[in-house]
Amino acid sequence: MANWVRISSRSIGNHIRKRMNQGFIGSAVDINKSSGSSSALHGGRTVCDRNRRYLNSLPWNRATLFWFQRFKSTVAEKQQDSFLSSDTDDDQLSLDFPGGKVSYTSDMNFISESSQTRVPCYRVLDDDGELIKDTDFQQVSKEAAVKMYSKMVNLQIMDTIFYEAQRQGRISFYLTSAGEEAINIASAAALTEQDIILPQYREPGVLLWRGFTLQEFADQCFGNKADYGKGRQMPIHYGSKKHNFFTISSPIATQLPQAAGIAYSLKMDNKKACVVSYIGDGGTSEGDFHAGLNFAAVMEAPVIFFCRNNGWAISTNVWEQFRSDGIVVKGRAYGIRSIRVDGNDALAVYTAVSAAREMAVNEQRPILIEALTYRVGHHSTSDDSTKYRQSDEIVYWKNARNPVNRFRNWVQSNGWWSDQQETQLRSSVRKQLLEAIQVAEKTEKPPLSEMFTDVYDYPPPNLEEQEKHLRETISRHPADYPSDIPV
Amino acid sequence: MFIVKFVFLHFVCLLQREREMALRNIMGKRVRIGLMGRRLLSTATCDVESGNSKSINLYSAINQALHVALETDPRAFVFGEDVSFGGVFRCTTGLADRFGKARVFNTPLCEQGIVGFGIGLAAMGNRAIAEIQFADYIYPAFDQIVNEAAKFRYRSGNQFNCGGLTIRAPYGAVGHGGHYHSQSPEAFFCHVPGIKVVIPRSPRQAKGLLLSCIRDPNPVVFFEPKWLYRLAVEEVPEHDYMLPLSEAEVIRQGSDITLVGWGAQLSIMEQACIEAEKDGISCELVDLKTLIPWDKETVEASVRKTGRVLISHEAPVTGGFGGEISASIVESCFLRLEAPVARVCGLDTPFPLVFEPFYMPTKNKILDAIKATVNY
Repeated sequence: MANWVRISSRSIGNHIRKRMNQGFIGSAVDINKSSGSSSALHGGRTVCDRNRRYLNSLPWNRATLFWFQRFKSTVAEKQQDSFLSSDTDDDQLSLDFPGGKVSYTSDMNFISESSQTRVPCYRVLDDDGELIKDTDFQQVSKEAAVKMYSKMVNLQIMDTIFYEAQRQGRISFYLTSAGEEAINIASAAALTEQDIILPQYREPGVLLWRGFTLQEFADQCFGNKADYGKGRQMPIHYGSKKHNFFTISSPIATQLPQAAGIAYSLKMDNKKACVVSYIGDGGTSEGDFHAGLNFAAVMEAPVIFFCRNNGWAISTNVWEQFRSDGIVVKGRAYGIRSIRVDGNDALAVYTAVSAAREMAVNEQRPILIEALTYRVGHHSTSDDSTKYRQSDEIVYWKNARNPVNRFRNWVQSNGWWSDQQETQLRSSVRKQLLEAIQVAEKTEKPPLSEMFTDVYDYPPPNLEEQEKHLRETISRHPADYPSDIPV
Repeated sequence: MFIVKFVFLHFVCLLQREREMALRNIMGKRVRIGLMGRRLLSTATCDVESGNSKSINLYSAINQALHVALETDPRAFVFGEDVSFGGVFRCTTGLADRFGKARVFNTPLCEQGIVGFGIGLAAMGNRAIAEIQFADYIYPAFDQIVNEAAKFRYRSGNQFNCGGLTIRAPYGAVGHGGHYHSQSPEAFFCHVPGIKVVIPRSPRQAKGLLLSCIRDPNPVVFFEPKWLYRLAVEEVPEHDYMLPLSEAEVIRQGSDITLVGWGAQLSIMEQACIEAEKDGISCELVDLKTLIPWDKETVEASVRKTGRVLISHEAPVTGGFGGEISASIVESCFLRLEAPVARVCGLDTPFPLVFEPFYMPTKNKILDAIKATVNY
């Protein structure tokens, strides 16, 4: 009995609503509009609430309309409201749970593991470096463009020469950023000096952009006394306080939760600056990725998480790393706004980072950027990537999809660069690098005492004792120890 | 079964009573700052004895220290799981109300995030006071502590540091904690150059030491004996004071044997000392307080006086910090030693529930070892 009553009251309600929709009340209400849009995140207020308000404004009240049902039905008033306030679509019915209102449905549907199409990738230049028609991008001046391009060339040559230096046995280790020059330079160019960088290890271009000299790079690689790190870490573990570039550490992704803490500090100090933390595709599998993004979201910290998805984590390709549509889709899982960009397109990277920075600073929120690219070089000098991937794949990306050439084409097409300048720049940078290496090689190593300082703010007694004992040992067996370290 | 249960409960009660009595003895003592010469590391100490004192328990003393820390440094923050409402052990009561949600806040349930976030905060010159809910859950943060916090200053050539980081965690047996609410993980951290590990024995010690840890320019792991949170009551000065790090304290003078320990175990050791006294054995009891860098000088001086040493800790004996103290003492005091170094520690098992009374280094185990060492 009650069921029959319910059905008929629902159809009465529908009838009334249809009349309303036809302009009976005078205002348009789009009842059929799905609440599956992002506005549903705010508790599904939109469609349901508007409907309820209109219904309440009707000359009759709900109680009289359904008086005959009240005597017989055990349906709660709340549920009755929902008959009126929604259309036949069950999705409009909502439940209160910790975390907010959520609509419920009687259809059991699993959310698909992937959407029909992959998240599209934002790009501005085509593969030949020509502007895509009607594209939306942040214009760069001639000066900025030339600086960006020069630094990309700088990075390319620096990588080549340091790599060779390692092969010659002059430095112990190196890793290149080949193929990721646009990511390195364009992302840095979109930031200010006050923005704090927490790198992974394949972003020396950011330091290059900020003015770290070739000599300073060489000094760190040689671990000499001019190295700011005092010779304590392997090559490429740069750090520079004056450039707001935190010292690189080998463990993957540890910088991500630290980025959230640093950003929180900036927020507390009301600084108009953000943190940019870089990570590779492999690093997103680490627990610290989850920790970092979740903390940044909850603390509403101004961090840009920049993921360089270059397809490889040493020999592990992305298919063996995750089964999601890359990294961009993970942002939503944390409530973080995200974008996927063509990492080999300097202008796209520049535009995306500029926009991200503005959002991060003005809205005090984290942003996730996934830059698609390709790791042209081996993982490091300890790796031979031809062992796990095809040589022609590498060659293809190196030549046909080269970010440096692509940007050069755009810069040259604007009349801002010439072949002559190219030749001059390349030979000048090469010369400077070779000189820097020579100087770095000849520079003394840090003294032995620097082994014991900075473990704590002051050396504790056990370290003083160990240093004393070590010095005695050295005087007895000098041949055991490298002669280039002043004792 | 009922009889077994009754007997077990009886033992638990005995154990508890033993600990309570032990505590009453140790709390009455006046605090004496170690006088063993110049210390390079310690933060300045304040006169502990001056001003008003109030009788409070350990969690209140910790709470006071945190209030003082946040009051005296506007760039100090307290964060961790559930700290906002006061914390599961009430150590953070009143902080959020007084200092606001921007400085005292809950974090998501993620220890690696808590410590990583804390490192970042500290790297910007803030005092980041992170709470790990139980020391048993500190391991996800181990990478951040060992590979990041401990090496932050060194690897950067002193361009950066996270000295403002203090990680607090309740540790130790509580009578019913089992595997995951009773652990003493201090030994893992004592093997990490670049951090400090500090463990207070009482409310008055806790307040002063915690303030020193917070203000020390190095990252510190501060283990709080949860057993003592309510049980230990002591006169604690109401003002802001600090106790020096890396200074051990002789809390009971003696001449026949040196006992070395830290945290809650000291109260058990004190009981053993008192009973040994009845048998004419004069015991010297040393509270290490800071485990790394530890005060070898004070311990060595004591061993040179007594010629015998016994170390006791709740953590399993194998690989425990007692081994480090033992090896170091043997190196420096070998000819003075009259007997092998004794260790009375937890057994090499995961911390058991019903077997806790058997696992623990009890007063009688210590007493037996004292006698064996003295009669060697």
